[in-house]
Amino acid sequence: MRHKLLGGALPLAVAAGLLFAGSARAEDTLKIGVLATFEGPFAILGEDSLRGANMAFKEHNMMAGGKKLEIITGSSDASPESAIKAARKLVEQDKVDILIGPLSGDEGLAMRDYAKTQPQMTFINGTSAAEPTTLVDPAPNFFRFTTDGVQWMAGLGTYAYETKGYKKVVTIGEDYSYPYTQVKGFMIEFCKAGGHVVDKFWTPLGTKDYSSIVASIPEDIDAIYVALGGADAINFLTQYEQAGGTKPLIGGSITVDQSVLSAKGKRRDYLLGTPSAGPLADNWDNPKWKAFVAAYKQSDAKAFNSPTLFSHGYYIEATAMMQALDAVNGDLSDGHKKFRDALATQTVDTPTGPVHLDHNRNAIGDEFLTEIAAGEDGNLYNKVIKVIPQVNQTLGVSEEEYIKTGQPSREAPACP
Amino acid sequence: MSAIADTLPRPLPLWLRAVLSHAILAILLVIYPLIVPDFWAFQIGGQSLFLGVISLSLMFLGGYGGMVSLAQMTVAGVAGYLIAIVGGNSLNFGLMWPWWAAVPVAIAGGTMAATLIGAISARTTGIYTIMITIAIAMAFFYLAQQNYTLFNGHSGFASILPPQVFGIDWRAPIPFYFMSLAVAVLSYAIVLYLSRSTFGIALQGIRDNARRMRALGFNVTAHRIAAYAIAGFIASLGGILLAWFNSRISPGTVDTGPIFEVLIIAVLGGMRHPVGPFLGAVIFVLLGTFAIDFIDRERFNTLIGACFLAIVLFSPDGVLGLWGRFMALIDRAGAANNMLQRPIGDEDGIQPAAIGRLIPGRK
Repeated sequence: MRHKLLGGALPLAVAAGLLFAGSARAEDTLKIGVLATFEGPFAILGEDSLRGANMAFKEHNMMAGGKKLEIITGSSDASPESAIKAARKLVEQDKVDILIGPLSGDEGLAMRDYAKTQPQMTFINGTSAAEPTTLVDPAPNFFRFTTDGVQWMAGLGTYAYETKGYKKVVTIGEDYSYPYTQVKGFMIEFCKAGGHVVDKFWTPLGTKDYSSIVASIPEDIDAIYVALGGADAINFLTQYEQAGGTKPLIGGSITVDQSVLSAKGKRRDYLLGTPSAGPLADNWDNPKWKAFVAAYKQSDAKAFNSPTLFSHGYYIEATAMMQALDAVNGDLSDGHKKFRDALATQTVDTPTGPVHLDHNRNAIGDEFLTEIAAGEDGNLYNKVIKVIPQVNQTLGVSEEEYIKTGQPSREAPACP
Repeated sequence: MSAIADTLPRPLPLWLRAVLSHAILAILLVIYPLIVPDFWAFQIGGQSLFLGVISLSLMFLGGYGGMVSLAQMTVAGVAGYLIAIVGGNSLNFGLMWPWWAAVPVAIAGGTMAATLIGAISARTTGIYTIMITIAIAMAFFYLAQQNYTLFNGHSGFASILPPQVFGIDWRAPIPFYFMSLAVAVLSYAIVLYLSRSTFGIALQGIRDNARRMRALGFNVTAHRIAAYAIAGFIASLGGILLAWFNSRISPGTVDTGPIFEVLIIAVLGGMRHPVGPFLGAVIFVLLGTFAIDFIDRERFNTLIGACFLAIVLFSPDGVLGLWGRFMALIDRAGAANNMLQRPIGDEDGIQPAAIGRLIPGRK
């Protein structure tokens, strides 16, 4: 029995073999790490995000700043722990020059903290959209060319109050940072316009039974703001309708997708006129956007009918990185200084309009206000009501005043 | 060890082999972090060690007590949450006690939780133990996920950092590795010692035949609960290291994935000897880290699964079993005339002579 203890030496020998693998590097190659969620609940979205990044790399012929790009992918399961483990491997083992990622909000917050421990590296966001990532104690080497979950809501609160005439609403969302951020984005404008959010309901991710929430929605409200996504949104809408609910809806950025729009019968009429907002709109009638959608559909046999927020986001981040690399001829030898200056000052021309960064290295870009409408063929779609140009992180409010509203949480902000 | 085995010609006496192999292993483990990059010391070395410690607690329960508890990650999670709540975190929520107060509280809390789990599940066996412990584990997961007054819900706690003691930052790669190594050695020694103690022998007796042990006058339930408590102590040590390694804890830490990972690691390594979980952890961490480099990103979990399947298929007793067979081949080659070679696999069972020692009046 005891001689088996020698087994401890075996894995160590294997480890030593792996140890220095991949440390060779050619001078004319740049290593780019792409971190996304290839496991867990967002695995499908993770694959689509890589599709977007690869589209950008291929458009540039896998070259930037005169150097060949070598792409190394890392995978997380949407938890901050796994994102940091994957990032550590890409940075410390694979020795990438630049890291693009992560995909989801809590991961982004963890990446901001990790970026501070690797000051020699440059980190570019994926699609993580939590507000504090760049607003609170930001990392000087973390750049975000996608807008955050508050910015995505630009215009929606004002539109709901002024055009739709909703004065009192309740909100419902999953109980984690991304829906908190969305609700905050909606409430900033809605409360400022004079509206009241009389109650907020938070449900665990993946809730199947919404009957207790449906029963506690008060009668004297004008609308329900729904920040749920995916199956949660479908389940809630179905149960609310079956319980005889008639209040109009206001949607978050991922609430009204194709599965909601394919509704038939009574629910179809009920959904008509539901406003929502986000960083892209499937049916935007714009030549650049249409060209992007066509290129996306051709990029991969498994691509969706229209790019998701995630392929769109990673495409923008990768494009922004290569544009800055071109500007400095791929020269990172000064500790990334010139490269970071280029990132911070450039304007990127994206399929959804120009994007540039603020002093916290967070994107200022265009957002889309949409409303569910019936097309000529009778199918529902998200009609673009308005493009809101160059939305900044604080929705036009001064940063000091904005920070006073508090970080997005279950309670903040409030206007009962 | 039977008298026959001891009289057989052997290349080296058993005790000398044990001392030698432990010494070689110790030297390797101490030199390892000094010659590898930080990533290998921290993420591969440190992580393998504390995952091994948590799995060791399951190996102790399962290998010696015959109780497969799927709540060992939950116990580790309780200790991890306690170190966050008692010892300080980014939200400045909780007590903010210094480490020398917070660490004992976390260990005591984890051990108490494990004792409670043991008290609930000790009267069950086999699949029912698995069912009860997984139910407890899921209950704790949902409690942590939905409770905001104590557990801070989905987000959990961040910035849980080890203390700076003796002027050393214990989260730096090499200090963290040695801290994990010290905990691993301590846990390993506890399990090795207990397995040979009267308590450990009685526990193995209970594993093999609980009714007979009860008839002999042993309090089977008390022994089982005590085993849960000891395993809980070990899992708590691992849980604190886990929280410090990630510098955060959230319900995801005690979700179904990590709960089963503890079992996978223990089975991969082998449940027959306390070194097994550590071997399993090294393989688990290496595969988890590097599989994505060897295969298409959409398939790398398939590769990990296939490796686990291959190990368990070809060696039901994990890597330890493979190694045992390998060493037996060498032994056979070295001592071809030794026809009385003991078959592999008989060592973990309780020896009849050991039972004899437990029975008063019988020698």
